[in-house]
Amino acid sequence: MLEANMLSFRYNRQQQWLFQNLDLRIAPGEIVGLPGPSGRGKSTLAKILAGYLTAVHGSVLADGRPLPRSGYCPVQLLFQHPELAVNPRWKAGDILAEAGQPDAALLQDLGIEPAWLTRYPHELSGGELQRICLVRALTAHTRYLLCDEMTSMLDPLSQAHIWQRVLDIAEKRKLGLLVISHDKALLDKLCHRTNHYFATIADFPLLTIRFP
Amino acid sequence: MTTRLFFPSQWDRRTRTLAAISICLVFFAVIFIAAWLYGDQGQVTELDLRKLPPSWERPFGTDWLGRDMLARTLKGIRISLGVGLTAATCSACIALLLGLGAALLGRTVDRLVTWLADAALATPHLVLLILISFACGGGARGVIIAVAASHWPALTRIIRAEVLQLRSADYVKLARQLGKGPYWIARRHLLPHVAPQFLVGLLLLFPHAILHSAGLTFLGFGMPPHTPAIGVLLAESMRYLSMGLWWLAVAPGLILIVSVLAFDVLGNNVRALLDPKTLRE
Amino acid sequence: MLSVYDLSISFSRYSFGLKKREVRAIEDLYLQVSAGQIMAVIGQSGAGKSLLAHALLGILPRHALLTGSLFFKGRPLTEQRLAELRGREIALIPQSITSLNPLLRVGAQVARAARLSGVGKKEVRQAVQRAFARYGLKDDVASLFPHQLSGGMARRVLTATATVGRADLIVADEPVNGLDAPTARETLAHLRELADDGKGVLLITHDIEAALQVADKVTVFWAGTTLEVAAADDFREGGRLQHPYTRALWNALPANAFLSARQPALTPPGSPGCPFRLCCARQDSLCAERAPKLRNAGQGMVRCHHA
Repeated sequence: MLEANMLSFRYNRQQQWLFQNLDLRIAPGEIVGLPGPSGRGKSTLAKILAGYLTAVHGSVLADGRPLPRSGYCPVQLLFQHPELAVNPRWKAGDILAEAGQPDAALLQDLGIEPAWLTRYPHELSGGELQRICLVRALTAHTRYLLCDEMTSMLDPLSQAHIWQRVLDIAEKRKLGLLVISHDKALLDKLCHRTNHYFATIADFPLLTIRFP
Repeated sequence: MTTRLFFPSQWDRRTRTLAAISICLVFFAVIFIAAWLYGDQGQVTELDLRKLPPSWERPFGTDWLGRDMLARTLKGIRISLGVGLTAATCSACIALLLGLGAALLGRTVDRLVTWLADAALATPHLVLLILISFACGGGARGVIIAVAASHWPALTRIIRAEVLQLRSADYVKLARQLGKGPYWIARRHLLPHVAPQFLVGLLLLFPHAILHSAGLTFLGFGMPPHTPAIGVLLAESMRYLSMGLWWLAVAPGLILIVSVLAFDVLGNNVRALLDPKTLRE
Repeated sequence: MLSVYDLSISFSRYSFGLKKREVRAIEDLYLQVSAGQIMAVIGQSGAGKSLLAHALLGILPRHALLTGSLFFKGRPLTEQRLAELRGREIALIPQSITSLNPLLRVGAQVARAARLSGVGKKEVRQAVQRAFARYGLKDDVASLFPHQLSGGMARRVLTATATVGRADLIVADEPVNGLDAPTARETLAHLRELADDGKGVLLITHDIEAALQVADKVTVFWAGTTLEVAAADDFREGGRLQHPYTRALWNALPANAFLSARQPALTPPGSPGCPFRLCCARQDSLCAERAPKLRNAGQGMVRCHHA
């Protein structure tokens, strides 16, 4: 179980709280959606849950233990912009190797071609790069995967393909998933349940009004 | 109908880059080898060959003591290059240490380094150079210390900013969550990023160092008058310019400018080659 | 208003040492934009959308080689004519405010855009005021710097900058990328208004749902070529879409079936046959033999043997 207990966060004392007393539970094998418009602190919450930031109050426990201060973190985060999550001077093969020898079956499963591994990040498309990041995050030690608008910059085909694979893997490995997205249709398709902490103001799906 | 709108230039990016780098390297090699081959020839006074204008036999002419100006210029530029290289390297190393320290050793060190850099940049450059060189007793040592001690701030700022930016980059933070230690991150993420910046910064420091060491010497605060450094040659030529011995100033001046430009070209082209974004254009 | 036939753009780039490789980024591209219409161009990243925009504005990098024919208002476009038209008759609404000068006040930039587009000196003030009023920008916005604008205001300023002159063709490059829903809707509504005023609008986006809200027609790019031109209505139930790729795209939307099709795989460069065949469920010997040409079919056009 990934547990967030009474989390509160603000960047400094002069600022307003981004969120206060936030509780969140993700069981292994469970897929939780987190909808809401941008700029409300969803990404900050994800960074706290993955150990990138520390909450001002509250605690994060993964399987009963606090997140490790050093060593591999069982909670891995995937970003909206994969090109910022990789070293621009490394080739894709080196990027994958940072998390250890990648699983050949996983590479094939995600449709990663051997030719990509010798390319620099700016020579790969967003979808290709996001797949590389996904394989890097999916080592055997990962228990929880946080997907922060993981596919919102990708085309629908890549989006559908990546999510189908992620769902398969999550089920097989009993991973807990947090899906952060502004796309309500996507959350409806993916998630077992949604947490509406950030979605207090009606977030309209884009396809409601059609101009003549 | 077919229109062809954009032509690739005859020589494209990488060919030009590599050509420029090779030309610069050949230029410096020629200077060093030629200066070495000439040996002491330039120092020999031959009073019957005084004040000869440039000719085929002596392309840079001779001075008022009959010394061959080509030999003297080559020797001079070699000395200036040596002094400039040493000073620039020292300066770049200082910049590397201070920049890394400012970015990695906490806020107090950062403030101190930033303040030092601002202070050094706020002082008039030439005044600082003259003061330090004078205080260190002049000579090659004085010039090197003066140039090294006054040229680090710009590169320090660049390295500090780069490291700070890198430390907050998502992929560096992600490396920590993948269980990588600080030493591993420094070696694999920071170093490969900062090293090219350092190299390019170093190359682009050379022209400044060379010009300023020549300037200091010209003003009389640098190399002693009996060494044929470029600054000394230029200072001496001043006295003879009004007598019409223009070649005494033109030849060393030209070589100095060409060397400085060559380093500038070298630095900018190496940068283009080291950046993966421009690498394959 | 704008016609693009058989457009190809290639780059020569280095692989190792001085060895070079020709890389085709766009091949046999077709595009047609009419006055009073929004033509949406959709396709995944790398399909050649932004390259097309760069070509239309004449800002391709120097090592790009362009062939094909472009016509604007019936006259062929040359490099020189592009430079003349850019900002005057063809205007770009850029992706973000990073395209504005960060050190210049917004009002001055809109005024500058007006002057560059050929608005007379005396009428500049009026034109700027009209553009501001049209997009609901208060007068004091003119004295702000770009970084002081909120997301929605920034979009309006960018639109105002592109439309303050007399441009007839507006190229909007990913105008709703990263915007929240209300701002995105407003931006799209402004594009619709422009089209209704008789301008031609080229809406470049990877967001199909956004494109369908306002577009009249949709051109589908894939791997640098045009696969299909369809009326926006054809997307309604997905039933009238003709190319297998477009259908797969439609079915992959989370709001629809969310199906993941076979991953787009490229045929090796220079090989004969349909470029899409390796990821197509309907490929046969004909597809491998000969590349289909773009042809009229149904309400639009399609590049497929089997549609």
